[in-house]
Amino acid sequence: MRITLEVWRQPSAQAPGDFVTYVVDDATPEMSMPELLDRLNDQIVEAGGEPVAFESDCREGICGCCGITVDDRPHGPVANTPTCQQHLRNFSDGDVVRLEPFRSAAFPVVKDLVVDRSALDRVVRGGGFVSVDTGTAPDAEDRQITFRRAEKALDFAACIGCGACVAACPNGAAHLFSGALLTHFSTLPQGRPERSRRARGVVKAVEAEFGPCSTYGECVEVCPAGIPLAAVAAVNKEMMRAAWRRGSDD
Amino acid sequence: MTILDIPRAEPPLDGHTPDGDPATAWHRAKLHYKQVSPLNRRKFTIVVVGTGLAGSGAAAALGELGFNVVAYTFHDAARRAHSVAAQGGINAARGRKVDGDSLDRFVKDTVKGGDFRAREADVFRLAEESVRVIDHMDAIGAPFAREYGGQLRTRSFGGVQVSRTYYTRGQTGQQLQVAAARTLQRQVAAGTVELRTHREVLDLVVTDGRVRGVVARDLRTGAIEVQAAHAVVLATGGYGKAFFHSTLAHNSNVSAAWRAHRRGALFASPSYLQFHPTALPVSSQWQSKTTLMSESLRNDGRIWVPKKAGDDRPANDIPEEERDYYLERKYPAYGNLAPRDISSRAAREQIEAGHGVGPLKNSVYLDFRDAIQRLGKKIIEQRYGNLFEMYADCTGEDPYTVPMRIAPGAHFSMGGLWSDYDMQTSIEGLFVGGEAGWGYHGANRLGANSLLSACVDGMFTLPHTIPNYLAGHLNEPLLADDDPAVTQTVADATGRLEALLAVGGKTGSDRFHRELGEILYRGCGVARSKGGLAQAIDEIRDLRHRFWSDLRVPGTGRELNQELEKAGRVADYLELAELMCVDAYDRDESCGAHFRVDHQTRDGEALRDDRNWCFVSAWEHTPGPLGQPGMPVRHHEPLTFAAVPLQTRNYQ
Ligand SMILES: Cc1cc2nc3c(=O)[nH]c(=O)nc-3n(C[C@H](O)[C@H](O)[C@H](O)COP(=O)(O)OP(=O)(O)OC[C@H]3O[C@@H](n4cnc5c(N)ncnc54)[C@H](O)[C@@H]3O)c2cc1C
Ligand code: SF4
Ligand code: FES
Repeated sequence: MRITLEVWRQPSAQAPGDFVTYVVDDATPEMSMPELLDRLNDQIVEAGGEPVAFESDCREGICGCCGITVDDRPHGPVANTPTCQQHLRNFSDGDVVRLEPFRSAAFPVVKDLVVDRSALDRVVRGGGFVSVDTGTAPDAEDRQITFRRAEKALDFAACIGCGACVAACPNGAAHLFSGALLTHFSTLPQGRPERSRRARGVVKAVEAEFGPCSTYGECVEVCPAGIPLAAVAAVNKEMMRAAWRRGSDD
Repeated sequence: MTILDIPRAEPPLDGHTPDGDPATAWHRAKLHYKQVSPLNRRKFTIVVVGTGLAGSGAAAALGELGFNVVAYTFHDAARRAHSVAAQGGINAARGRKVDGDSLDRFVKDTVKGGDFRAREADVFRLAEESVRVIDHMDAIGAPFAREYGGQLRTRSFGGVQVSRTYYTRGQTGQQLQVAAARTLQRQVAAGTVELRTHREVLDLVVTDGRVRGVVARDLRTGAIEVQAAHAVVLATGGYGKAFFHSTLAHNSNVSAAWRAHRRGALFASPSYLQFHPTALPVSSQWQSKTTLMSESLRNDGRIWVPKKAGDDRPANDIPEEERDYYLERKYPAYGNLAPRDISSRAAREQIEAGHGVGPLKNSVYLDFRDAIQRLGKKIIEQRYGNLFEMYADCTGEDPYTVPMRIAPGAHFSMGGLWSDYDMQTSIEGLFVGGEAGWGYHGANRLGANSLLSACVDGMFTLPHTIPNYLAGHLNEPLLADDDPAVTQTVADATGRLEALLAVGGKTGSDRFHRELGEILYRGCGVARSKGGLAQAIDEIRDLRHRFWSDLRVPGTGRELNQELEKAGRVADYLELAELMCVDAYDRDESCGAHFRVDHQTRDGEALRDDRNWCFVSAWEHTPGPLGQPGMPVRHHEPLTFAAVPLQTRNYQ
C-alpha cells in the first residue's frame, strides 16, 4: 500500500511546529500505526534525516503510551482502540493520513508526537490510592466481594491511562479518567475507608489541571478500555457525597 | 572453531543461603537480619531503578519504612512498566482448595518445573511470601476475580495440576502494576519517594567493589545527572527483547543490568530464555513484536496441526481424524497444559517437520471449537473475551469461528544478574529484583510465577535485606558529586553516548537489532547445537563490528533522541547475545528451555546431566576495546536440593 503521511513535526516544546508530508510506498495491511512509523523512520534515517519522535511500548494496547491523533481523532479511526492496535487494513491504498500529537492544554508537546501526560499522575497523587502499608493487609478471603462487584470494579479499573479522553474532549476535561479511578475504588470495600478524602483530593487535582466537563461524551468513543460514561457522572457524585460527609474520610 | 577455552574461576560462589533446612531458611534469615532504627532510616538514600512490580513494590515499601528513596523509570509514568502487559495470572501457595495444593507442592512444582537449576531456598521464600502478596495486592485495590460466593477465584496454568493462579480477567499484570504504581504515588505524595520519570540509568558508580550511586540521562533534555546512594536496586525487567521479535515491550532492554555487569556484577544463566508457546506468529516484514496470547487459553483451547505435512486446507475443512493433537498425544497427563519449554519444543518440531499452518507455515492451531460446543460461547467470552478481541485486533481473524494461530516466541529471561540469598549481587550494596534477577525459575519458568517473584522481591524480600546491609553503614556520607569515581563514571557514560553519535555510518540501529534477532532465533533458540552456537557467536561478532562502523544516529545527545536511546540498548544486546551463546555452548547438557540437540533421550526429551552440571553459571565480564568484550570468565554456584530430590522431569 502507498500511504501519504502528514506528520506534525515540532523539534521541542518551545519551537513552532508544522506538518511535513512523507510517503511510505511499501506499507502493508497488517501494519499497526507504530509499525508504519517505524517504517517511515527507517526511511528517514536511511536518507540522513531526523526520525519522527513518538511513544509506544507494549504495542499490545495495555501500557497506554502510544496515543497520537490520527485524522483528527485521538488514537485513530477504529473506535475504542489504542493507536498501536489501529491497523492499516482499516485504510486504503493511496490514503492521506494526518498524524498529530494529542492536543490538550494539559498535555504540552515535548517533541513531534510526544506529549507530557504527567498531569494524569498528579491526579493519582491527589489521593487515587488505598493507604495500606506493605505487609499489613488482612487475609483477602476475609473480605467477601461478590462476583458482580469485582467485575464492576474491573470495568472501571481497566483504564490504561492513555489520556485520549482528555484529547477528545472539547474542554480538555479528565472526567473519564478520574471517574474511572474513583469508581474503581468506591466499588470495592477496600476503597471505602478513605472514599471521601480520595474524592476531594482527586477532584482538586483534576480541577487544577484540566477543563470542566460538559458531558459531551466524546471521551467514551475513543477510550480503548471502554470505560463507561457512568464514570463521568461519578466524579460529581463522589464530590457531592464527600461534601455531605463534611470532614469525614470515608 | 570460535570458542577454544572458557576461563573458569574457583572457588565456587557462596550464595549465603542460611544453613540447614531450606523450608525454614527465610524464617531464620529474618531473625538474624540487622535492623535500622526508624530514626536512622531517613539518613539512607536508596536508588530503585525500575517501577515495575518489583521496583514499585520495593520503592513503596522502603518509603513506607522511612528510607529516603529515589525511583527511576525511563517511562513517562510508573504505571507503564512492562509488568502491565502480563495477562494470565499470579500464583500463590495458599492451598485453600481441596485439590491437593500446598506450600510444599508449590515448591516441588517450581523446582521441578525449572528443571532443578533454581536455588531451592529461594523458591521456599517465594512460596511462603506468596500468601501475603495476594492479600496486599487485594488490599491496595487489585480487583481479583471472585467466585459467586465472594471468595477469590483461581485457575490452573501450564506445568501444574492444581488451581493456584489468581487473576483478573486477562489483565492481571495491569491490575497489579497499576495498584503497585499507585502505592508508589502515595509515597511520592508523602515525600518519602522521589520519582524520576523519563530517565534512563546509564551506569553505576562503583568504588572498591561497592555501589555508591547511579548516572542517568534525562531522556527529554539529554541532561546527565548523578544520584549518589547507599544502596541501589536494579528492578529493570528481562532481556528477551534481544531476540527483537519477542513478547516484550519495545523499550525493554538489558542495559542497566549489562552496565552493572561491566562494573563487576556477575551475570547468571544468560542462555535460559523462555520461549512462550502461545505467541502470535511473525507474519510480516515490518512486524515489531510477537504478541503474546495468554497461556491460560490452554485451559480450554486444544492445540493441533494437520496430520499430513503441507496440508493447506483451511482449518475448519480438516476433519477430526486428520488432526494431530500432538500435546495430548505425547503428554496425556498434562496435555495442552504441558510446561512451556515442552510445549514450545513440540510446536517447533511440528513446524520443522512441515506441519506448520498459516501463510508462512510457521504456526500451530489453538482451537476453541470443542470448548465452545461444550460450554457455550458466552462462558468462553467471559473467560477470555479480551484475549479473543486482542487476537482479532492483531490478526483480523475471528477466533470464535477459526482457530487461533500460535508459535513459540522469545519471552521470559530466567537468567539475570547473579545474586545471593539476600538478592545482593556480586557488587556490594547493589541489589536486584524481579525479572532482572535469576533465583527462582531455574531453566524454565512456570506460568504465573513471575509476577509473583517480582512482587515478593520488591515487597517482601528487599525491605528486609537492604536494611540488613545498610545497618553496617550507618552515618556514612554519600559520595560527593566531585568525587573522582563519580566524574569518571559520568565521563564513561557520556563517552559511550558520544561514540554512538560519532560512528557516522548509514544504518539505523533497528536494522542491526532485527538481524541480531534472526541470528539468535537460529543459533540460540528453542533448540541449540554446538555448531549452531559457534556460528552464532561468529555472526554476532561480525554484526557488532558492522554496528560500530555503519551505525547512524541522527541528532545530538542534548535533546529527546530516541535513536540514541535505541542504539545504546542495541549495543548492549550485541554484547549480551554473545554471552548467551557462550553460556549455551558451555552448558553441555539440556535443561528446561536450554535444549541441546546433542543431549536428548531416545524420545527427544531434554537430557539433564546432574553429575556435571548441577550448578548455576555466573559470568564475569572481561573488558576489551569498544564493542569487543574479552572472553568472559565462568564462576559457578553449586545447587543442592534437600526437599525436592533430583529427579527426571516427566510430564507424560
Ligand atoms: C506479554 C507478557 C505476559 C506475561 N504474562 C505473565 C503472567 O501472566 N504471569 C506472570 O507471572 N508473568 C507474566 N509475564 C512476566 C512478567 O510480567 C514479568 O516477568 C514481570 O512483570 C517483570 O517485572 P519487573 O518488575 O521485574 O520488570 P518490568 O515490569 O519489566 O519493569 C522494568 C522497569 O525498569 C525500568 N527500566 C529498565 N531499564 C531502565 C534503565 N536503564 N533506567 C531506568 N529505568 C529502567 C522500566 O522503565 C520499568 O519501569 C508476562 C510477560 C510478558 C512480556
Ligand atoms: S479513561 Fe479511557 S481514554 Fe481516558 S485515560 Fe483511561 S483508557 Fe485512556
Ligand atoms: S503501545 Fe502500549 S498501549 Fe499502545
